[in-house]
Amino acid sequence: MTATDKAVAQAPAARHPVAARDAAASVRARRTKRLGRFGLNSVALALTVLFLFPVYWMFSTSLKSNSQVLVKDPVFFFTPTFEHYSTATGVDLFWTYVRNSLVVTLAAVLLALLVALAAGFAIARLHFRGRRGMVLVVMMAQMAPWEILIIVMYLNARDAQALNSLVTLIVIYFVMALPFTIWTLRGFIAAVPKELEEAALIDGCTRTQAFFRIIFPLLAPGLMATSLFGFIMAWNEYAMVLVLNKAPEMATLPLWLTQFQTNFGNDWGATMAASSLFTVPVLIVFILLQRRVTGGLSAGAVKG
Amino acid sequence: MLTVDTEGPGTGTAGSKPAGRSGRRYAPPGGWLPYVLIAPAVLAIVGILGYALVRNLLISFQAFGRRQLISHTTEWTGFDNYRRVLEDERFWASLTRTFVFMAANVVLIMVLGTLIGLLLNRLAKPMRLTLSIALVAAWAMPVIATTTVFRWLFDTQFGVANWVMRTLGFSGYEQHNWFSSGFSTLTIVTVLIVWASVPFVALNLYAGLTTISGEIYEAARMDGASGPRIFWSITAPIMRPFFLITTFLEIIWVFKAFTQIYALNAGGPNRESETLPVMAYIEGMMQNQYGVAAAISVLTLVILLVALSFYFRLILKQEKEPQS
Repeated sequence: MTATDKAVAQAPAARHPVAARDAAASVRARRTKRLGRFGLNSVALALTVLFLFPVYWMFSTSLKSNSQVLVKDPVFFFTPTFEHYSTATGVDLFWTYVRNSLVVTLAAVLLALLVALAAGFAIARLHFRGRRGMVLVVMMAQMAPWEILIIVMYLNARDAQALNSLVTLIVIYFVMALPFTIWTLRGFIAAVPKELEEAALIDGCTRTQAFFRIIFPLLAPGLMATSLFGFIMAWNEYAMVLVLNKAPEMATLPLWLTQFQTNFGNDWGATMAASSLFTVPVLIVFILLQRRVTGGLSAGAVKG
Repeated sequence: MLTVDTEGPGTGTAGSKPAGRSGRRYAPPGGWLPYVLIAPAVLAIVGILGYALVRNLLISFQAFGRRQLISHTTEWTGFDNYRRVLEDERFWASLTRTFVFMAANVVLIMVLGTLIGLLLNRLAKPMRLTLSIALVAAWAMPVIATTTVFRWLFDTQFGVANWVMRTLGFSGYEQHNWFSSGFSTLTIVTVLIVWASVPFVALNLYAGLTTISGEIYEAARMDGASGPRIFWSITAPIMRPFFLITTFLEIIWVFKAFTQIYALNAGGPNRESETLPVMAYIEGMMQNQYGVAAAISVLTLVILLVALSFYFRLILKQEKEPQS
């Protein structure tokens, strides 16, 4: 969802550094400004602490020994141990969960890219009856409240004898990721100058050749960004796998994270180690993507 | 989302007139190629999502319990499920709870997100970068990991929240159970959701603000406009589409929140923190009342649509008023 939403409301003007043209700026004004800046910085610092704390606490708890975790007054300085990580990864079937998560995520994302590339191309470049209808369907599907449909998805999967199957999860995650993927790829395809494609056609390429030789290579960054969003969605998904894949050998990592909590009672160290392990890949992807996410697929092109 | 256009001009409508001689060979208007290309996507969306929506509606008119699940029989019962749901006090309590919960969350997210976005715009680079990193970290946290971490932060025995309260001098936080009532459970869910959603609003608002020319602000300041005046007269109108769409999205996201509430306390204690999606899940998966669960989820969808249409009407009404 995120990438499309953020492109909203980006006024066309680029930002200009405010020219310090007002030479008459008095010392008094500067002094109040400095005081204001100090206030702003302290607020920003407090907010930084507030937003980082849960993340920091997760990592730090995972690195403490049990005697430092289970105390009434928290310990802030300690020598890190990795015992909780070996507990967390030493669980039965841990590598099965990892494999399942990877298989489901990658398959769903690849499938979504493939299908969305075709649909996105049609919407961006071709003229056909029902194009508006298609755009509407994609937008509606993007807002679909999957969480409310858990029960019926369970019944459908059960009737199709498709419970406890990775294929079912792949199909569902694929459909979940599809609308967003179509929407973003449509934007990327439309951004490729039509003239490039026309030149290729004039030079004797077929439409298919033009697509694969001209548009496709130019789409690479777009495909990258789009697929990473699909990856995050599928990697994090919890509600569906909770209901559909009750068999432990078909579970994915989000279930490992929570099952763990109950199995181990209050082994918070191990739970936090599991959470940390689960979060790190997403964190890395997000940091890589951050510019694209917020700078905007659109604004990014103009910002110098 | 409705107005998003990530690229400049010519999204097909303007530019794709069939180009003369070669136009016939590929995709003339009304040709089959576009339909072949969109077919897999349409099939997938209609086949999985569309079918689920339709079947959900059908099941809501059936007696569907454990017996029917095993024997694969269909028993139509008309509006029995709906009657049962609407006569259930729990449903009305849950409905009220859902709306209060949603309103509180959306307001907090939008207000705090906007304030932090504006703050980002005024900070000098090093501090802005620091705060941005913290926001991205919070934003990136997977929902299920966040929920687990918040359980730990608010743990009765060893939670850091109790320690903070004690340190601040409040009494009664030796072994305070933060999940002892539905209200306090949902308060923690609210803290969790606001913490996780504010970065989206703040960072995107900031990204939008950077595209507003600094000269407009300077001109306003020279005319003697105050900070709030500048916000309401310049920033807010320019960023209006952003605010409208973000609020719209947050309403949907908070309304359908499931993982946060379910994984935090499973709708407990005594189902006191159930919102509608959680209630549908519990009726269906825990009580095996699939028909009732389907009726609840149909009602939830209808209510969500009604709420959104009210939102749209509100916007349209504002649109008609003369701009100041």
